Amino acid sequence: MKKRILLSGNEAIAEGALQAGCCFYAGYPITPQNELTAYMAKRMPEVGGVFIQAESELSAINMVFGASSTGARAMTSSSSPGISLKQEGISYIAGAELPAVIVNIMRGGPGLGNIAPSQSDYFQATKGGGHGDYHCIVLAPSTVQEAFDFMGVAFDLADRYRNPVIILGDGMLGQMLESCSIAAYGLSNSSKKRRKDIKKWALTGCKQRSPNVIKSFYLKEGDLERFNLKLQKKYKTIQETETRYEGLYLEDARLILVSYGTMARVAKAVVSELRKKNKKVGLVRPITLWPFPRRILQDLTATHKRISFLVVEMSYGQMLEDVRLALEGKAKVDFLGRAGGGIPTEKEIIRFIKNL
Amino acid sequence: MTEKIIIAGAGGQGVILLGKLIAEIAMRQDRFVALIPSYGPEVRGGSAYCMVSISDEEISSPYINEADTLIIMNNPSLNRFEEKIKRNGLLILNSSLVTDKIARNDLKVIRYPFTDIAVRLGNPRVANMVVLGCFIKYKRFSDPKIITPVLYKFAGKEKKDLVKINLKAFKEGLRLR
Repeated sequence: MKKRILLSGNEAIAEGALQAGCCFYAGYPITPQNELTAYMAKRMPEVGGVFIQAESELSAINMVFGASSTGARAMTSSSSPGISLKQEGISYIAGAELPAVIVNIMRGGPGLGNIAPSQSDYFQATKGGGHGDYHCIVLAPSTVQEAFDFMGVAFDLADRYRNPVIILGDGMLGQMLESCSIAAYGLSNSSKKRRKDIKKWALTGCKQRSPNVIKSFYLKEGDLERFNLKLQKKYKTIQETETRYEGLYLEDARLILVSYGTMARVAKAVVSELRKKNKKVGLVRPITLWPFPRRILQDLTATHKRISFLVVEMSYGQMLEDVRLALEGKAKVDFLGRAGGGIPTEKEIIRFIKNL
Repeated sequence: MTEKIIIAGAGGQGVILLGKLIAEIAMRQDRFVALIPSYGPEVRGGSAYCMVSISDEEISSPYINEADTLIIMNNPSLNRFEEKIKRNGLLILNSSLVTDKIARNDLKVIRYPFTDIAVRLGNPRVANMVVLGCFIKYKRFSDPKIITPVLYKFAGKEKKDLVKINLKAFKEGLRLR
């Protein structure tokens, strides 16, 4: 077994970002993600990067906008109400086609809500959030190890598609401590330096070359439509190539639980409990929430005629809509959800399944 | 098999640190661990708890509905968590502060005046370390020697001086029963 250390989800995200070559962080404190900002404040100077506690969420996201346009791997983090404040900036970053990583450690809403774990920002994360026809790629880690590992994936995806990537976790994942093996993401110092040269579009000073332009403003007739079509083409490529999910017992399952993040861990416990009693249950855990892994759900209905689904969320049915869209009415879909600090328990889910 | 432990008490009694130490010790034995702390508006004097799961396999749900072991440091925590322990589970009580009656009669109960012992050693805040010693001894959880490097790691440079009193309290806990 590899050497492991005990980290909270928040700390693992921060360390994962640093190992992935993140060299700019701007944030503003909010529970339950404060350990992330605190960790960055301590570690970022050690790796020679820039840490800024901004005066507000608005400035934090716009600082990320600026840093990213110079080619730096840049990120910010917050929790639900703070992420709402960042939506304008995220839309601008998507419109300027810049890479950035935004971490949302979700808490209960709406409004100021509370600080308990929740999954109620699914719509906001996956359907745009800010104004305009855009999508963020959304990754949903379910363990502290994944919180660490997904940061490298997030920065790579952001760079590859010049698109904002959201890490969608919740208060429990952020606060939870787990053993985590920390391996550098395979970036040497020289490749970190070279990264700026790879980003030929970056604003790095235009001596001996024509100036690069970063903007999200298209006034000439037809330009904005053409730009939007280009974005749509990019989103289609992402949907075709970047969908990720984890499947459990999909070969013979007759009831498939669909659940992500922290909630999926409770769902997993339910599946292994019911499997002990020879119940044919399985699990689909979307890892990318956008692009949503709709094909696996469609394939399951195509191969098994009498399959049905149970979506379990810490919300009142947000991912449920994507599951229904994917299934196009071809299978029965049930739903169990709580929010505002409530977390469906193993017992609750098992009782619900018995009464189906 | 997953060992599930809930530790609860008042903010300031070091219940979350106690959970972290148990988790660290388990991790150093190459076991999987998950710890959920209570967090938020709870402050010194308020309530604090943590849930620690330890397993040889990956831990599915880190949330504990039924604990194998419950460690209770004050009265309100007993009230709140008594139902969260499995049948015939182990209940470790801080008898210095827990005076309420236990409603259940199926539990295996260990009680020691952890806070009084800590006060006698010169610092009421090390009651958690007395519990740790007691827990490790009773559960044969690990070689007690593991604690010294773990404590130095947690104390860091700034709190290095506090290791001595904590070690003393830990050893006092080992001696109980």
